[in-house]
Amino acid sequence: MKKVIVSIALRESILDPQGVAVKGGLAQLGFTGVEEVRIGKRIELLVSDETTDTMIHDMCQKLLVNTVMEDYRFEVEEVTTA
Amino acid sequence: MKFAVIVFPGSNCDLDMYHAVKDALGEEADYVFHTETSLEGYDGVLLPGGFSYGDYLRCGAIAQFSPIMEEVKRFAAEGKTVLGVCNGFQILVEAGLLPGVLHRNTGLKFMCRTVELKVENSKTRFTSDYAPGETISIPIAHGEGNYYCDDATYAMLQTNQQIAFTYVDNPNGSRGDIAGITNKAGNVLGMMPHPERAVEMLTGGTDGLKLFTSLVKQGAHHVKTTV
Repeated sequence: MKKVIVSIALRESILDPQGVAVKGGLAQLGFTGVEEVRIGKRIELLVSDETTDTMIHDMCQKLLVNTVMEDYRFEVEEVTTA
Repeated sequence: MKFAVIVFPGSNCDLDMYHAVKDALGEEADYVFHTETSLEGYDGVLLPGGFSYGDYLRCGAIAQFSPIMEEVKRFAAEGKTVLGVCNGFQILVEAGLLPGVLHRNTGLKFMCRTVELKVENSKTRFTSDYAPGETISIPIAHGEGNYYCDDATYAMLQTNQQIAFTYVDNPNGSRGDIAGITNKAGNVLGMMPHPERAVEMLTGGTDGLKLFTSLVKQGAHHVKTTV
């Protein structure tokens, strides 16, 4: 088995209102110097060894990500069964 | 005219939509469950508001895989009338029947109030009973109604006159104040405001009714020209 970690974030060109609100919160706590906060999501998939990167891209583009507003990248980790 | 009101798990404006068609408009309506696969015999399809599939992943993202949606796509491709309101609009963009996407309101708050809309295009089958540029009052109720599309898509919407309604005072950050758009062919309309909640004076106004009467007039015209 392999573990796929998909990271999804709003595209750079789109305002992330959650990020802006959190940035304001950090500033109120005294954490100055935070230039930008952008909030995304992380999806973990446990997939068979036969799953190719092309198939993962396909999953992302057909369902996991809305590419009109979101960018994504993914990492694949080997899962060692104890 | 006979309308199908699609009911997804988590729809909550299906009763309002049914009531608007049946009682305020005086036309026929049926509830059609999301597991159905046929829209045979219907003249129009209405996708109601709500939180289909709990808004999991993204609003409307899971509903597009409901069995009935393949039939809705076929129905739309035939040039028949499809209206999506609120979550229905979100489903239509996720299903690719309308361009762009709806995301979080810039103020992050769920907004529930009556707003003013401008009728940008009164030449569609959904808006022909409105005067060009008419200002109407329609309720909104959404947390993710912030319409976004890229520059090329926005230019295309303008060129093809696909922008049906805009907000007079933009409540959610939508690009170009967009409140509702049609597809290029003009037979599919998606909008965040709820016309089905503005069909009786008792509940605050009737500005939404003309959308439905426009459809009936177009439908009657269609029957006349095809017989």
